[in-house]
Amino acid sequence: MIKHDKLLSDVVKSLKPSGIRRFFDIAESIEGCISLGVGEPDFVTPWIIRQAGIESLEKGRTWYTSNSGLSELREEISRYQLRKYGLNYSAAEEIVVTVGGSEAIDICCRALINPGDEVIIPTPCFVAYDAVATLSGAEVVPIATKPEDGFRLNPEDLKKAITKKTKLLIFPFPNNPTGAVMRREHLEEIAEILKGTDIMVMSDEIYSELTYGDEKHISIASISEDMHRRTVLISGFSKAFAMTGWRIGYTCGPKTVMEQILKIHQYAIMCAPTTAQYAAVVAMRDCDDVVNEMVTEYAMRRRYVVDNLNRIGLKCFEPMGAFYVFPSIELTGMKSQEFCEKLLERKKVAIVPGDAFGASGEGYVRIAYAQSISKLSEAMGRIEEFVDELKVNG
Amino acid sequence: MDAILKLLGENARYSLEELSVLTGLTIDEVAEKLDNYENTGIILGYKAVIDWEKAGSEMVASVIEVKITPKYSHGFDEFAETVSKFPEVMSVYLMSGGYDILIEVLAKNFKELAMFVAKRLSPMESVLSTATHFILKRYKEKGVIYDNGHKDERGFII
Repeated sequence: MIKHDKLLSDVVKSLKPSGIRRFFDIAESIEGCISLGVGEPDFVTPWIIRQAGIESLEKGRTWYTSNSGLSELREEISRYQLRKYGLNYSAAEEIVVTVGGSEAIDICCRALINPGDEVIIPTPCFVAYDAVATLSGAEVVPIATKPEDGFRLNPEDLKKAITKKTKLLIFPFPNNPTGAVMRREHLEEIAEILKGTDIMVMSDEIYSELTYGDEKHISIASISEDMHRRTVLISGFSKAFAMTGWRIGYTCGPKTVMEQILKIHQYAIMCAPTTAQYAAVVAMRDCDDVVNEMVTEYAMRRRYVVDNLNRIGLKCFEPMGAFYVFPSIELTGMKSQEFCEKLLERKKVAIVPGDAFGASGEGYVRIAYAQSISKLSEAMGRIEEFVDELKVNG
Repeated sequence: MDAILKLLGENARYSLEELSVLTGLTIDEVAEKLDNYENTGIILGYKAVIDWEKAGSEMVASVIEVKITPKYSHGFDEFAETVSKFPEVMSVYLMSGGYDILIEVLAKNFKELAMFVAKRLSPMESVLSTATHFILKRYKEKGVIYDNGHKDERGFII
């Protein structure tokens, strides 16, 4: 009989299966479980965006678009990046519309990485970077970010991590799972270190719209002409526009890089879903107000969750971006996995163990607050009971 | 709109502490605003949204369209205010369109409703005609969707 195990790719086999999968399978089967585990807005896609998708179907626009995406959408993305972040990307040559930010991450890594290249990844971070870089044969060099730095990438740590083999810095801010953001002065320090090197930056800015407080997101690509030349920007519609299920995102970068990225997209994907592309045009063009409303709502939930967790004793760094909080569970003396498993088992609340986002996430848990206040309130109550019982019973 | 009003409109049970955290105001500021809203009649009351049918109640709910002839001494307001005083009347609205006043009535049973229309409403001097519509099933009440057993179909992903 054929033995698949011997035939499968060694590198694929070497990838850790997501520990979270098993965990979520359990959560899914539990009646009355509150999930604060998934990084997904509870909002439905704003109506005018859905309407644009419906209209495109009604008009029978069911064909392929060009590989890089509808030119109308690329024009809107170009305008959006300029008006929001002061970034100049040519709609014709420097933007590719992808199947979510995830595809953009994949094709960007594949276009840049040669086997043996080192890829620096600040952790804790989104689970896909490590896997995708590894598939391209990269040596992954994690840098642990720390709460005392506000979970920002520490420039000294970056300096130390750079070798002659460093090819790519993955730069995920606002950050999933910590909610950390990098301000202009921090970005300038990173830019200074990279100057004169041959290191590219993949800046994953999927959460760029979701920042709290007066300071808005600043793209590292906007820091200098040099940074613009060495950055590939990843973004998309899932988070800010509540469009997770549409599977649509994009990537922008210098023409010479995008030409290669486009080849992979062309052969692997052909083009992003056409309906989603028509909907995305409206998202870019007409949705500033709706997005602001959602951000206001997230800001409120964020204050609520941070306040409650701190009160419960799960010390919580104040996240300034995305829709996650990343409290420390030090108080309980438990490992992240154990904490989450017991919480799920005893109180039916699903959250994600911090070590799912890299070894440096051990001792933390990720709570997604993209849920209604009433659900959050119920979940906070259950977490409080859980922690109180631990204090009493151990 | 004021954030406190928006929040209380969604859930009247928020504590002062919770409202303070959610809005970023101090507890004192929240309390002061609430007092003000209550005293000036901006906040009229706090009530639960109840699925009476599930609670086993046999009450009959209906909306009644009323056409009236406003008289010099007895206009829309006077009529509406009089009707509002009946305890079985839950809401009264002045409407644009094909009729003038819409009344929502919650009666203990069909007989009580019939008596209300026949004995209390119709005989009123300015009433020209009434049309009573029974509410057969509720899907959403005061912004709350009735629990209809829909399963969350979202996938678990990180």
